[in-house]
Amino acid sequence: MFSIVRSLWITFLHMFHKRETVQYPEQKNKLTTRWRGRIVLTRDPDMGERCVGCYLCAAACPVDCISLQATEDESGRRYPEFFRINFSRCIFCGFCEEACPTYAIQLIPDFEMSEYNRQNLVYEKNELLIDGPGKHPGYNFYNIAGVAISGKGKGENDNEMPPIDTKSLLP
Amino acid sequence: MATLYIDNKPHEIKPGNSLLETCLSLGFDLPYFCWHPALGSVGACRQCAVKVFKDADDKKGRLMMSCMEPATDNQRISILDKDAVEFRAGVIEWLMTNHPHDCPVCDEGGSCHLQDMTVMTGHAYRRFQYKKRTHLNQNLGPFINHEMNRCIQCYRCVRFYNDYAGGTDFGVFASKANVYFGRHEEGTLESEFSGNLAEVCPTGVFTDKTLKQHYTRKWDLTMSPSICQHCSLGCNIIAGERYGDLRMITNRYHGEINGYFICDRGRYGYEFVNSEGRIRQPILHQHVVDREKILTEVSVLLKNSKVIGIGSPRASLQSNFVLKELVGKAHFYQGVSTREQSMDELALAILKDGPVRTPSMKEVEEADAVLILGEDLTNTAPMLALAIRQSIRQEPMKEAAKISIPPWNDAAVREVIQDKKGPLYVATVAETKLDDVATSTYRAAPEEMARLGFAVAHLLDQTAPEVIGLNEADLALANRIVHSLLSAERPVIISGSSCQSESVMKAAANVSWALHKKNKNVGIVLTVPECNSLGLAMMGGNPMEAAFQAVENGEADTVIIMENDLYRHSSKTVADKFISRCKNVIVLDHSHHATSANAHVLIPAGTFAEADGTLVNNEGRAQRFFQVQESANTIKESWRWLLDIGAASDNARIKQWKNFDDITVTIANEEKLFNGIDKVSPPSDQRMADGQRVPRQPHRYSGRTSMLANVNVSEPKPPEDYDSGMSYTMEGSRTLPPSSMIPFFWSPGWNSVQSVNKYQKEVGTALRDGDPGVRLLETNSDSPVDYFKEIPEKFRAIKNQLWIVSVYHIFGSEELSAKSASVAQRVPGSYLLIHRNDSEALKLTEGEIIEFQIKEQQYRLPIKWSDSIAQGTAGLPIGLNSVPYVDLPAWGILKK
Ligand code: SF4
Ligand code: SF4
Ligand code: SF4
Ligand code: SF4
Ligand code: FES
Repeated sequence: MFSIVRSLWITFLHMFHKRETVQYPEQKNKLTTRWRGRIVLTRDPDMGERCVGCYLCAAACPVDCISLQATEDESGRRYPEFFRINFSRCIFCGFCEEACPTYAIQLIPDFEMSEYNRQNLVYEKNELLIDGPGKHPGYNFYNIAGVAISGKGKGENDNEMPPIDTKSLLP
Repeated sequence: MATLYIDNKPHEIKPGNSLLETCLSLGFDLPYFCWHPALGSVGACRQCAVKVFKDADDKKGRLMMSCMEPATDNQRISILDKDAVEFRAGVIEWLMTNHPHDCPVCDEGGSCHLQDMTVMTGHAYRRFQYKKRTHLNQNLGPFINHEMNRCIQCYRCVRFYNDYAGGTDFGVFASKANVYFGRHEEGTLESEFSGNLAEVCPTGVFTDKTLKQHYTRKWDLTMSPSICQHCSLGCNIIAGERYGDLRMITNRYHGEINGYFICDRGRYGYEFVNSEGRIRQPILHQHVVDREKILTEVSVLLKNSKVIGIGSPRASLQSNFVLKELVGKAHFYQGVSTREQSMDELALAILKDGPVRTPSMKEVEEADAVLILGEDLTNTAPMLALAIRQSIRQEPMKEAAKISIPPWNDAAVREVIQDKKGPLYVATVAETKLDDVATSTYRAAPEEMARLGFAVAHLLDQTAPEVIGLNEADLALANRIVHSLLSAERPVIISGSSCQSESVMKAAANVSWALHKKNKNVGIVLTVPECNSLGLAMMGGNPMEAAFQAVENGEADTVIIMENDLYRHSSKTVADKFISRCKNVIVLDHSHHATSANAHVLIPAGTFAEADGTLVNNEGRAQRFFQVQESANTIKESWRWLLDIGAASDNARIKQWKNFDDITVTIANEEKLFNGIDKVSPPSDQRMADGQRVPRQPHRYSGRTSMLANVNVSEPKPPEDYDSGMSYTMEGSRTLPPSSMIPFFWSPGWNSVQSVNKYQKEVGTALRDGDPGVRLLETNSDSPVDYFKEIPEKFRAIKNQLWIVSVYHIFGSEELSAKSASVAQRVPGSYLLIHRNDSEALKLTEGEIIEFQIKEQQYRLPIKWSDSIAQGTAGLPIGLNSVPYVDLPAWGILKK
């Protein structure tokens, strides 16, 4: 008997508490930068496409909703020829972001992607690629990698010595 | 058997192998780089260290390189010892100091031995703060990509390219920490086996350049066990597909045939599958039509006309068989020239009825004396040439055995051998790439080669027919050959159909039989022109000339030509006439060619990637290739089209057959020579122990719910495989599949091709449940020796004429691989090979045009000089697209 009265009393008191329900969409919630929402492909500080088409995000994806094809420009710089995410399958686990060795793929604090037609949830590269570096402003994979691309020859990285001379026997 | 204690646990082992090999065979994960099961040990990389203890009381032990120590009885070693573990981690850490941050853009990634070993040893964070050494790359031609920064100096590449495959244009340069692996200058790698660098190199220094053009990780490929279609040896390959394109061919280990390697024709010839020249839609009188329309059309044609069928040496047994059933045995013609057919039949007779068995390629590697009659193996059966390069080491290796150096101790064995070579005699029309290791070479017209062979046989056994009028030099050579063959324990005689001379093949048979009578353990290897030439010969069929006759006489008016370009097996005039006489020409093929251009009905057949089938290689081994991809178009196996046509035209027998098994079992039951081909692979309804199929896709396969989402966001049902116990998806059993059904090699922690160790009974030997394939032609060694007696006349040159014989090119002579874009870059221009003196006598120098006529066919070709081709003969590179077919050898009449 006492416990019933007590429960009623507690419930009654809740009427004077601050409300938890958010009046979405009139009222927007504040999302942190770490929020895992819509996926984007970012660019490096020189505005080059960051994605090098390594397929790691696709392999990490538990629902296999990422597919792409790697290709190369004349200078040997890799980039994806197409990059597709089927958001109707994506579970926003963020594994792709964790797998990505170039910080190219990032989940951003945006979840407002509803569509009437499921087909519209298939995003291609032009819908994914943004004009900025996202959460990792300074990083440029090609400044660290050993491959040469246009504007950066062999041995021209900060962490590299110039290419060896195969004819030299000097110590 | 002996006992080896590993970390205090006893293991039964075979003594004598290296500790590394032994540990790997026992299933331990021990990292290594420089050791390779086919190349042996050199102890260069220091990665395979283990602790070896003196006895049970020794607690301290010594670090030793497991690849350099033989395993002995009662030996005690430790893999998990702290020092050993630290040492191995240290080696990797040092290697990594200079290793580029490349994995995401490295084609090796995901199947990289270095990645695997790094994970295995646990090295994860870079402590080294200094700069990395870098290298410049070279352009090594259309096959191999070079990215030298990734090198870990294991020396496998030079050891394979130079020591194993006999290459001369590759090496190691510079010194100390700067060693550089490449060519002395940029340029195309000359070796026919250069593609293997991609698999031999444990890192991404050498990778497949054609893969790079449509790069896919190994885990993203749909893969199938397949058989190379580009020569008669039938090397085992893995074919990988992604997004509907065939993307990569790699070696599929077969202990008896190709071992760990394949040739570049086999590796790069695949691009024809993706080429523009494919037939992808049914075409009726130049109009694309659908499947039903073409089926009704053809079945109407079959009812209302007199039909014959022309089979093909490059089509599977199943396709040839169903065609034979559809048109009736009497109307089935082998799609090869009369001469080719008689050569194939002769080879079959020698292998089937003679007393000498044909060895596998593995056994050829172990031969200690080899006589080659008439074959330029590097260009006609490339992997056999690689086997020969190993065989010449056998005889001098006996020296090493005497001083107790085990054969796997590669550096020491090579030190003992120096440049001593075992006996190898090469008799061919012109120079070959094996000349550098030959004891003697012999250049002559096919007739002379045959005479030499007959002479050798006679010297071995007086009852063999004698050659009259042999000159001094030839007799001396014959005597030397006899001496070598008699001193050998396992001699092998090699010949084949490339000279298109029956006498040469018969002479080779006589030599082997004479040796057999001397109780030698001899083998005879005969190469045939195409991947299923021997299978077609075993199936039988009328000669193609008879088909031409039948149409000429009005006995037939409609022809079904299956997977065959008539213009490659008969002269243009004859083929033109035949085709114009036929009322209906129905062509069933996968690629366009001169014959398909004349077809009234064109049906899109599947290549090996879109088909299941069985081929018989030159050893008489029936092997199955499995479909890799289900084509989106109407492309289907020839046999499946023929089944549909048979059903549409109410053929009672064909109607009963529904899938691959039905046909294969019928062939096995009805054709005596093919008894047992239903055992080549498990039946299609057989499942693994857990009731599941064998998946064609690795478990990491990606993009399943996205790759087709641009077309429709709801994924289609994956195609089902009615012809085999494999699935087209990643779903299925993860246990070890039967050896004939291994779609790819993978094992936990072993993502690279090195995982093949886990699929073998013992490292470097047969696959776990035996090497796949069924040998159909086992000889009876008690069969009587019935020597061939027809010795050809001595070759006599004729003034103003040249005796024209065929010469071959690994890149270009074979029809399908020549359609591959990368291979096409290596195809030579046409030429006529003649002796410098002959050329000078005609007042023509190299490169000038020589005009001649063979039968009614006119030729204008630039001259190529040879210093060794017999005077009065000339070599015509047959099979090149720029050289029209002619029946050779034949006299070419020079135009003045
Ligand atoms: S992991 Fe990153 S770099 Fe690699 S394919 Fe995905 S987005 Fe591109
Ligand atoms: S060789 Fe292996 S470890 Fe080195 S960059 Fe390539 S994938 Fe990475
Ligand atoms: S190129 Fe490859 S095979 Fe050659 S030494 Fe370097 S890592 Fe070894
Ligand atoms: S040797 Fe012949 S069967 Fe083997 S890979 Fe080369 S072409 Fe193919
Ligand atoms: S594998 Fe033993 S030292 Fe290289």
